[in-house]
Amino acid sequence: MSMPMFAAGDDPGASFPELLRRMGLQAVAPTSDASVLLTPHATTCIALRFADGVVMAGDRRATSGNLISHRSMEKLVQADAFSGVAIAGAAGPAMEMIKLFQLQLEHYEKVEGSSLSLEGKANQLSMMVRSNLPAAMQGLAVVPIFGGFDPRRNTGRLWTYDITGGRYEEHEFVSTGSGSLHAGTVIKLGHRPQITRDEAINLACRALWEAADADSATGGPDALRGIYPVVATITAQGWQRIGDDDLAERYVTIASEMRSRT
Amino acid sequence: MSMPYYVAPEQIMKDRADYARKGIARGRAMVALRYAGGIALVAENSSNTLRKVSEIYDRIAFAGVGKYNEFDQLRVAGVRAADLKGFQYSRDDVDARSLANSYAQMLGQIFTHEMKPMEVEILVAEVAHDDISDQLFHILYDGTVVDERRFSVLGGDADAITARLNESWTEGLELDACLKAAVAALAGPDRQLVADDLEVALLDRAAERRCFRRLDDDVVGAYLATSPPSAE
Repeated sequence: MSMPMFAAGDDPGASFPELLRRMGLQAVAPTSDASVLLTPHATTCIALRFADGVVMAGDRRATSGNLISHRSMEKLVQADAFSGVAIAGAAGPAMEMIKLFQLQLEHYEKVEGSSLSLEGKANQLSMMVRSNLPAAMQGLAVVPIFGGFDPRRNTGRLWTYDITGGRYEEHEFVSTGSGSLHAGTVIKLGHRPQITRDEAINLACRALWEAADADSATGGPDALRGIYPVVATITAQGWQRIGDDDLAERYVTIASEMRSRT
Repeated sequence: MSMPYYVAPEQIMKDRADYARKGIARGRAMVALRYAGGIALVAENSSNTLRKVSEIYDRIAFAGVGKYNEFDQLRVAGVRAADLKGFQYSRDDVDARSLANSYAQMLGQIFTHEMKPMEVEILVAEVAHDDISDQLFHILYDGTVVDERRFSVLGGDADAITARLNESWTEGLELDACLKAAVAALAGPDRQLVADDLEVALLDRAAERRCFRRLDDDVVGAYLATSPPSAE
């Protein structure tokens, strides 16, 4: 293990990506069109605000062209104690970005001795998306959503991004990926400002159900293999992932509702 | 042409060592002790913001005594080295031994080649998954590494504190007894230290990933106030 030491005026500070650049370890963008390579793509992720925080959810399917390449990918991950990030787009760069983002938050916390503000975290992610722009231009776009609980404002907050790193805060819900139109519409119809945690989880489950129903690249609940979407809430108590048993029950309820209509 | 005076290498090394030791002895000491649930790091530190003890990685903590800016520089270098290694390989590949060796190389290099040695003593502690493989690496200003099994004492007055801990430390101490022993050893017979004078952190063996945890003054006060262990 070599010790990275820098002169006082030349120090990369608490930035891990900058440290990687200094050490010559940053990722290299492809120089020609990579979209023909049929790399796995991750699809629908959503997040919505409820009374005490935010719910985030993502389906589990990754596709390569018309084929399913992974059934149990986790596109929604915990970023740190009070935030989560979910990613749609080219799976390889997306997973790398998630890993780097998690590491950056932890690195900052350790070097500085205190956590970044929620807005600071959202901004960090924006810079990472922007630095992926050359790869995005070659077909490896990565479009995350970011949500978390802001202890300074005592509320849940959500951000959506575009491939250029544009960062937009939303007040009700955000969605990204190929099924985002369908999932977003379901949430738009069911969302109220003071929705409870339980209702918000149900709404998220329902949104992913409808996305999977209409979009071939979005995976639905897979009772056969016991694979359910990743759903988590972030409140003043921090990140809490919803267990598969709980989700299985919610999907049974949704399925029986659908059946009763026909 | 003027000739520099000849100074024997032994004398140069001795002067540097004396200089470093004097700097270190000016500051307050700290101790790290193994207890039943992990490793406790207890430093005498009246500041609540300038830390002597901090997190390096999932199971690794850092502690430094002596000149603050120097050991803080070492701390940040350690965080960087550990995060880079975990990023390049796996989180499981980051270990205290290799980190301690890097620190030792660096301190040894600075001690012999720079104008001034670093006036620091540092500790790299790693809590293992089982209770027999915990590691405490105590690294001196000249790059000497000492691998300690039970507890580690850094800073001025280390001999007296070690002697006191030899009396009070036993294998498998509970946290409250361990903190009391540490605080009594740091304070000595003539002083009384309260929670506000201390900086306490744990490497908690049972934690899921990041084992490092600070204890705030209220919690430390509560541990120190519980009824004394039967040994006393």
